[in-house]
Amino acid sequence: MDAEARFAALAAQPFLGRRNGGPTETSIGAIGQITAVFRNRQALALLIRRDLKARYKDSTLGFLWTLARPLTQLAIYVLVIGHFLGAARNIPDFAIYVYTGIAAFTLFSDIVSGGTGSIIANAGLVKKVAVPRELYPLASVGGAFFNYGVQLVILILATLAFGAFPMSWDILYAIPGILIIGLYGTALALLLSAITVFLRDISYLVEVILMVLMWLSPVLYSWSMVRDVLTPLNGGPVLIEIYTNNPLTLGVLALQKAFWVAGAQTAEYPEHLLLRIGIALIIGLTLLFFGHWVFRRIQGNFAQEL
Amino acid sequence: MSETLPRAPEVLRISDMSKRFVLRKDNSLKERIVGFGRVGRRHREDFWVLRDVNITIRAGETIGLIGHNGSGKSTLLKLIGGILDPTKGKVEHRGRIAALLELGAGFHPDLTGRENVYLNAALMGLSREETDARFGDITAFADIGEFIDTQVKFYSSGMFVRLAFAVAINTDPDILLVDEVLAVGDEAFQRKCLDKIAEFKAQGVTIIIVSHRLAEIQGLCERVLLLDHGQVVHDGDTREGIRALRNLLKAASPNPDGDHIVDVAVLDGQGQPRATFQPGEDVLVRIELDRLAALRGWYCSIQVDDAFGRIAFGTSTYEIDGGAWFGSTEDRMIVTFRISAPALADGRFFVNCAIILREPLNMHADDAMQAATFEVASDETPRGLIRIVASAEIETR
Repeated sequence: MDAEARFAALAAQPFLGRRNGGPTETSIGAIGQITAVFRNRQALALLIRRDLKARYKDSTLGFLWTLARPLTQLAIYVLVIGHFLGAARNIPDFAIYVYTGIAAFTLFSDIVSGGTGSIIANAGLVKKVAVPRELYPLASVGGAFFNYGVQLVILILATLAFGAFPMSWDILYAIPGILIIGLYGTALALLLSAITVFLRDISYLVEVILMVLMWLSPVLYSWSMVRDVLTPLNGGPVLIEIYTNNPLTLGVLALQKAFWVAGAQTAEYPEHLLLRIGIALIIGLTLLFFGHWVFRRIQGNFAQEL
Repeated sequence: MSETLPRAPEVLRISDMSKRFVLRKDNSLKERIVGFGRVGRRHREDFWVLRDVNITIRAGETIGLIGHNGSGKSTLLKLIGGILDPTKGKVEHRGRIAALLELGAGFHPDLTGRENVYLNAALMGLSREETDARFGDITAFADIGEFIDTQVKFYSSGMFVRLAFAVAINTDPDILLVDEVLAVGDEAFQRKCLDKIAEFKAQGVTIIIVSHRLAEIQGLCERVLLLDHGQVVHDGDTREGIRALRNLLKAASPNPDGDHIVDVAVLDGQGQPRATFQPGEDVLVRIELDRLAALRGWYCSIQVDDAFGRIAFGTSTYEIDGGAWFGSTEDRMIVTFRISAPALADGRFFVNCAIILREPLNMHADDAMQAATFEVASDETPRGLIRIVASAEIETR
């Protein structure tokens, strides 16, 4: 390109600017950043692929290792919790039940823990390339969803093997279930990835809290067991509400309703499950905007803190 | 095309921009919580890296950013590149920016060269099709051959940097930001980079260079921004800017009286300023001196180095005049060295200059490192520092 042509092309372009807190062209920063992320969607796709590829690049079995952890967890939980401790007695097709929950929880935990470390893991790029930094936590979200897709395939195959293929309309519960986990996970990933840059302790804290959250959602036991224990207590109904309205609980319950056919007749679910999920989704959206707002406010200082 | 056309559009506008850094001495949750509030203030220190910066740059300019360490050059470059956000004011640009800073920092060691090229190009705003179209140019420039499908962790550091450089430079930037990276790679690669920069200049690309090698700035830039403690103290002519920086450095040095070398210029045999010479042409080095009356006995020495710091030659008035010390009542004098037909091979050369004292013996009253530069250019492709005239005969034994 010769200089004349370049000058003419440049003269026709608008100025893009940055000020404290983000781009100058839009008054609503969130929308500006979202369109910027959309413009960079090819880069986002490549970042997701990079993470997936790089993770097991040097191992012989490669991607199969992603499945090793949840399948081992599944085997241990079915054996120990299901049979030794007897949880399987009241939960038919316990393996399907547990695997649905583990997959859902793994999705959440991959998004949150991957997202939390994403800016630090990409320090080299953050300090060098001026792309919307949202790409990095979003790449973790994308990678986590890919893994979840693989696990869903296995779950479906397992339901076929158990002769309990989800054939009812309840399968549609999967949509709000995945949505709520993805939404809260993404909101936390954005929020925590930004804060972690300034407070490195967060990543350790997240690991601990994720462990607690796993046991606080009905992954390995059923919701009705919790209800039965809490009901006779003082303030029991309130505790049940708190337990139930945990978005992770709601997501896990919805996914169990979708994929765990054996429980369709016997299992008890909280009342107004869809309504609860609907309200949680609205709160989740607010949380997402808040997370993004925090992210936008402090992302301008990422490069100097890394 | 290197001179700025008045009708060239503006590509960069920095208005009333300031940048504050907060230095924290604690970084753990415990210290933050313990030291929350008033105590916490003690653990942070604010300072303004850049203050009230106003710069307008038009398309096609080549600009040097100079200043001493910590003056805010690299921060300014990162603000221009959109990697940092300003604390006050705004930074606006148009066109595609490519930043040659921290080369290869974005490469993932476990991915192959090819995968890294596509990822980095996408992050710099190239679509997949655009990268496809340029892939050949990138590998050719990086000179990386079949290693392109090897994981980059197995690359030599040279290959790594070359590939990173090749990607950045092949993104068809409108604005190129360069931070001290022209010092990478071997001689052949450096030459290739300088050629590429010359090509960019011809194509009207705006180039902003941060460098401590003042001669390099002088050779490439027609405008210089001098930063001092976060403020732009000079914006304009390259020579004046470099002189102003020298004055700043001298003012900061423990020996402020050392300001004797005022200007160093390279001239041709007729005494006209010249930057490029044919091999065998006379070269004149003209040194303006000041405040000489204060010195008892002195002589003036020059040394000419190539781009890698190898000494090409050196001489001094002491050697030429058979051991003469000067002592004058005049403050201002001019020393002109005539180097008759130096047998230099092609390349860029840098002139260092010193005033050396009798008392204390051999102490340098003033130094001007890389005070001027010139280039020797011919159609030959020689190796080494000196140009030779050689012939070869081949016969059967």
